[in-house]
Amino acid sequence: MKTRREFIKISAVGAGAAAIGLSAVNIAGLKLVNAANDQTAVSDEEMTSFPTYCEVCFWKCAGWTYVDKHKNIRKIIGNIEDPHCNGRLCPRGTGGVGMYTDEDRLKTPLIRETVNGEQVFRKASWKEALDLVASKMKDVANKYGPESFALFNHGAPGEHFKHLLHAYGSENEGEPAWAQCRGPREVGFSATFGSWIGSPEPTDIRDTNCLVLIGSHIGENMHNGQVQEVADIIGRNATIITVDPRLSTVASKSKYWLPIKPATDLALLLSWIHVLIYEGLYNKDYVEQYTMGFEQLKEHVKDMTPEWAYGITTIEPSIIRKTAREMANAAPAVIVHPGRHVVWYGDDSQRERAIAILNALLGSWGKRGGFYFKEAISVPKYPHPQYPHPEWSWKDNLDGKYPLSSMAITTELLAASIPEFEYKHQIKAWMVAGTNLPLTIPNKELFKTAAEAVEFIVVVDTMPMDITGYGDVVLPECTYLERFDALRAAPHREPNIALRMPAVEPKYETKPSWWIAKQLGERLGLGDFFDYDDFSEVLDWQLKKMGTSLDEMKKIGIKMFDRKSGPLYLADGEEYHFNTNSGKIELYSTEFAELGFDPMPKFTKHPEPEDGFYRLIYGRAPMHTFSRTSNNHNLFDLMNENSVWINPKVAELWDLKTGQKIWLQNQDGIVSTFPIKVRVTERIRWDSVYMVHGFGHDNKKLTRTFGRGASDTQLITNVMVDPMMGGTGMRGNFVTFITENPGKEAEA
Amino acid sequence: MKEELFISGRDIPNIDPFLNIWHWQIPLYLFLGGLAAGIMFFAGLFTIMGKEKEMATTVKWAPFLVPIALVLGLFALFLDLKHEMYFWRLYTTVRMGSPMSWGAWTLMLVTPLSMIWSATYLKEAVPNWNWKFKMIEQTIGFFTKKRREMAWAMMFLAVVLGVYTGILLSAFNARPLWNTSILGPLFLVSGLSTGLATIIWMSKNKTERRIMSQIDIVLIAVELFLIVHLFMGFLSATAVQVEAAELFLGGQFTVTFWVFVVILGLAFPAVLEILELRGFHIPIWIPALLILFGGLVFRFVMVEAGQITRYLY
Amino acid sequence: MRYAMAIDTKKCVGCSDCVVACQTENNVPHGYCRDWIVENVSGAYPIVEIELRSERCNHCENAPCVRCCPTGASHTVEGGIVMVTHDECIGCGACIQSCPYDARYSHPDGYVDKCTFCQHRLEKGQNTACVDVCPTKCLHFGDIEDPYSDVSLALKNRSWKVLAPEAGTKPQLYFLT
Ligand SMILES: Nc1nc2c(c(=O)[nH]1)N[C@H]1C(S)=C(S)[C@@H](COP(=O)(O)OP(=O)(O)OC[C@H]3O[C@@H](n4cnc5c(=O)[nH]c(N)nc54)[C@H](O)[C@@H]3O)O[C@H]1N2
Ligand SMILES: Nc1nc2c(c(=O)[nH]1)N[C@H]1C(S)=C(S)[C@@H](COP(=O)(O)OP(=O)(O)OC[C@H]3O[C@@H](n4cnc5c(=O)[nH]c(N)nc54)[C@H](O)[C@@H]3O)O[C@H]1N2
Ligand code: SF4
Ligand code: SF4
Ligand code: SF4
Ligand code: SF4
Ligand code: SF4
Ligand SMILES: [Mo]
Repeated sequence: MKTRREFIKISAVGAGAAAIGLSAVNIAGLKLVNAANDQTAVSDEEMTSFPTYCEVCFWKCAGWTYVDKHKNIRKIIGNIEDPHCNGRLCPRGTGGVGMYTDEDRLKTPLIRETVNGEQVFRKASWKEALDLVASKMKDVANKYGPESFALFNHGAPGEHFKHLLHAYGSENEGEPAWAQCRGPREVGFSATFGSWIGSPEPTDIRDTNCLVLIGSHIGENMHNGQVQEVADIIGRNATIITVDPRLSTVASKSKYWLPIKPATDLALLLSWIHVLIYEGLYNKDYVEQYTMGFEQLKEHVKDMTPEWAYGITTIEPSIIRKTAREMANAAPAVIVHPGRHVVWYGDDSQRERAIAILNALLGSWGKRGGFYFKEAISVPKYPHPQYPHPEWSWKDNLDGKYPLSSMAITTELLAASIPEFEYKHQIKAWMVAGTNLPLTIPNKELFKTAAEAVEFIVVVDTMPMDITGYGDVVLPECTYLERFDALRAAPHREPNIALRMPAVEPKYETKPSWWIAKQLGERLGLGDFFDYDDFSEVLDWQLKKMGTSLDEMKKIGIKMFDRKSGPLYLADGEEYHFNTNSGKIELYSTEFAELGFDPMPKFTKHPEPEDGFYRLIYGRAPMHTFSRTSNNHNLFDLMNENSVWINPKVAELWDLKTGQKIWLQNQDGIVSTFPIKVRVTERIRWDSVYMVHGFGHDNKKLTRTFGRGASDTQLITNVMVDPMMGGTGMRGNFVTFITENPGKEAEA
Repeated sequence: MKEELFISGRDIPNIDPFLNIWHWQIPLYLFLGGLAAGIMFFAGLFTIMGKEKEMATTVKWAPFLVPIALVLGLFALFLDLKHEMYFWRLYTTVRMGSPMSWGAWTLMLVTPLSMIWSATYLKEAVPNWNWKFKMIEQTIGFFTKKRREMAWAMMFLAVVLGVYTGILLSAFNARPLWNTSILGPLFLVSGLSTGLATIIWMSKNKTERRIMSQIDIVLIAVELFLIVHLFMGFLSATAVQVEAAELFLGGQFTVTFWVFVVILGLAFPAVLEILELRGFHIPIWIPALLILFGGLVFRFVMVEAGQITRYLY
Repeated sequence: MRYAMAIDTKKCVGCSDCVVACQTENNVPHGYCRDWIVENVSGAYPIVEIELRSERCNHCENAPCVRCCPTGASHTVEGGIVMVTHDECIGCGACIQSCPYDARYSHPDGYVDKCTFCQHRLEKGQNTACVDVCPTKCLHFGDIEDPYSDVSLALKNRSWKVLAPEAGTKPQLYFLT
């Protein structure tokens, strides 16, 4: 097949060849194919740009989508005014174009159907699919009450469906951002400082003199603003201390890399607290003025010496002392980073408490180079009738478990979906929007059993991800580049908002979430809650209340506002009321004590791998987000599978070579569906193996990524649940290596 | 342990994990070019020596193959171009620094010359041949008288062409295996040898075969000497060149090179030729075929292996 | 005027943003790239070092790819940028063979392509796409003959190296070490 462009080329050569005969002069000057330019690079002036904020991860950088004359999205460039990105998107944001161009995208609504005993999806019209979902929602409400309809969501689509769910009469909505991600740090820090960390983290990295990273692998964890600020401090040689069993990228740039034995961080943290206190290195004025419980803490850590910690963590006492002194020297411009994905070993809220306490002793909270006081602007609520009051919510179902969970726990919603577990209230149907549960939630058995038990599942997604395979109805959302969404109004040094608007028409038959939610609402008789024809009306109304307008925002994309809550930092000696029970920074947590938890963190030993097994640890690759980007062609080009990192000594023992494909088997006998390539590297301890999360997709419709690499989630069957907030600790799993295809045996 | 890996970006077709941008066309092109140069050289040489009668195959009949070989070679080259519709761009400029360029121009001169040469002998080959047009008849007649001058030009251009087949590779410093000035003479000698083999194979004349065999044995000796020299040079040079040599000294090309090129393509045919000269009866096509095959394999190996060798990664 | 780039290997995190930004800016076809990232790990656990390098065409001062091009498609323009004119290129591959950095590739459309230092952006007074996107700001670009250019300032107080200097091409990518 010849494209038109090629056709022009060939005929142009003919003309050129003739030209030689006529005149041998100035042939180099003969520009034959000018169109070629269009094919390679187009200058910015020849394109139109539309504001957006990125949906490839939850840092939500603001940027501009550039569209050329032929209505092709060419590129996405960061908005220079945006404090989340400072004009530079991360590779995933830059490669966001691939979310739009992916030919594997969901294209039409799909309805599950049984043909000749086999379940298949058939294409459906929007009307049919929406009617079906609405009638199922009505059924569920009639039979069990609306509360038994649960929403699993993550990211921007969640906003629209939460509104729908609340209007419908349920509050059972959960996101993996809590129990699979950052819940424990919010618990640990609010117990200490009376404040959540939130997103983006209010870490004043740019001005810090010492940054301490407990696992947090910034640089691979590509949360943009943080990476940029960390790069700045690398540039000015500030001290970085990285605690990680693996030489993460940032560890390689750190002054100190502490290759800790996994699962022992709490001992290291306590010994640091010990050194700060017993060497008198802590920030005395700060501790005196703002904290309570110092004496109890001092007594508590008395025996938690570096020598004690050495036996547990394998970190030399001298290094523990030295690094504690580095922190103290830098204080208060020091950050012991809370991390973000912190559901590791089930005692995570306590580990986060220890981190918070360490920061308190160093006096970094509310100080330049420590943690600043963030501020967000609140976006006015578009008027709608009052939500009905549900008869029960996820909280009632916990029966006193996980008292510190302030958001629904996804795994609890799953468990409540399984009748055998006899939860007080049962979940009967789900909507899943923007979360790929099979690859996101550990303990796949739980997920599968729950998915089989419920009566109805509707999935709203952009891609035929593994989750869509469980839907009865699949609704195709358009990508973030093709739609309006709620304003971004995340906290930062200065309050700000960012607009997302469509740069092009939605491809295929896809629709934005706001439209889907509204359509369902109207079918459910909730039209009053969706009193607009287009979501842009909502935005314009909100923006006008905030002193700007949709038109203005379309031109600027992001708007900054003045702070109203006072300065970024505490002045020396300034009075300050912390939002804790005591109004002070609680080194001794009264909240924990009341609930019967240890008021000060204690180290507990976690199981270690048996002979021939290695601890499975995982993390991020800078060019991918979880499982959502592995099929994105632009990012697939950068990294098309994950590998398992193995220390050379271990590799020698098993006779494994870099590039060799192996299968992993965990302690419960689960074998990875797909093989994974070995990477033999000095960058990891010999008691652990490492892999990047998000690969090992099992849906053939993902034509590029299907079967490439292995899924860590599949191997995470042992979940260590945090008793305080329900976090699913995922790092207590151990794997061994299988070099022969285990599938072959099964076939034979 | 040392580890060097591409984190991203480099998995480009025909570049990674090693260069493979030139395929079978280029070695074939080099082979045919060398072969043509060989025939032309000796045709020129024996013309100048006034031996047209005794060395009829060399001077008159073998050169009929030359334009065929050149056109086939050029066609192979053409096939290897990725933007072939722009082929004519080669002839819009002369680039002295580019062997490709002066190779293209040399062929532009050599191919017509070889055609004219053969044309002047066409009447002898096909007794009833008629040029039909008077103009052509006259032109050919003119060139028939200028054979001596043409012979000089042929000899000169044959050397240029023969050397060029080697320099085309050795100009690429970026490929450590090719980065040696020995390739020019080596490819020239090898080309001459393949030309000779063709002549010997074609010739029915015992004396002519004898003379050519003697020359061939000398050429093979020179070639072997150059090969030894080549490897000595590599082994005493930079690390990347030592690595390049190692491909042939235990590496993946060892057998192909030493067995097929050196033993079967050079040493063994030389022995056969010596035996033949000593009076043993050896079917003449055997050494000839071996030499031709060896020459072809040699060029395949050099092109292939050269692309594997690199400075980085 | 002599354009050059300095890459701070200490800051680079190997995120590959420069690679994907180049892809979208220059419409590099999928499966190909004009720049790429190399990770070099040395030492033995627990004393291990990593060098991360964002690499691309070196725009060599003594460019063999220009010299060996039979048609003049590969040529050097103002500022020492080595360019390929697509419709003069015959796709012979000579330049690819000649480049010690393997910085060129054969575009699926037939011609040879490689980093242009984003000349179309420089003309407009912009920086290259990769430099502009790099989240760690570890890429420095500019006129190396201007002592106050970003690249000159970056090189001033740091030790640096070039890759494969022994190939003799006088490369213009400087890796800060
Ligand atoms: N590129 C990219 N960036 C992302 C994301 C993404 O998907 N892709 N996701 C974003 C999100 S939502 C989150 S929550 C964050 C997560 O990012 P982080 O909060 O940085 O995640 P960690 O859990 O700290 O991540 C992994 C690191 O912990 C180390 N580790 C494993 N076990 C232990 C241990 O026992 N002790 C210690 N000290 N270290 C250990 C691993 O070796 C690895 O380096 O990343 C965000 N940024
Ligand atoms: N094993 C393991 N599990 C983990 C983690 C881990 O490191 N290892 N990390 C945990 C952490 S920190 C987090 S935050 C969670 C993240 O968990 P998830 O948010 O579930 O992560 P993704 O895998 O990216 O799944 C996102 C889903 O949303 C879809 N999607 C993307 N954009 C849109 C859109 O615009 N609209 C709609 N409707 N859908 C969209 C994608 O196609 C995909 O199906 O995972 C947690 N789970
Ligand atoms: S950090 Fe990267 S992926 Fe996340 S929002 Fe920003 S640009 Fe997008
Ligand atoms: S964008 Fe910058 S930090 Fe990322 S790989 Fe490229 S040079 Fe390195
Ligand atoms: S790096 Fe390669 S392509 Fe670039 S100028 Fe140098 S030799 Fe030419
Ligand atoms: S491939 Fe094109 S640019 Fe390269 S040497 Fe040949 S003609 Fe020149
Ligand atoms: S300078 Fe431009 S063309 Fe070269 S690698 Fe960077 S983005 Fe690509
Ligand atoms: Mo997360």
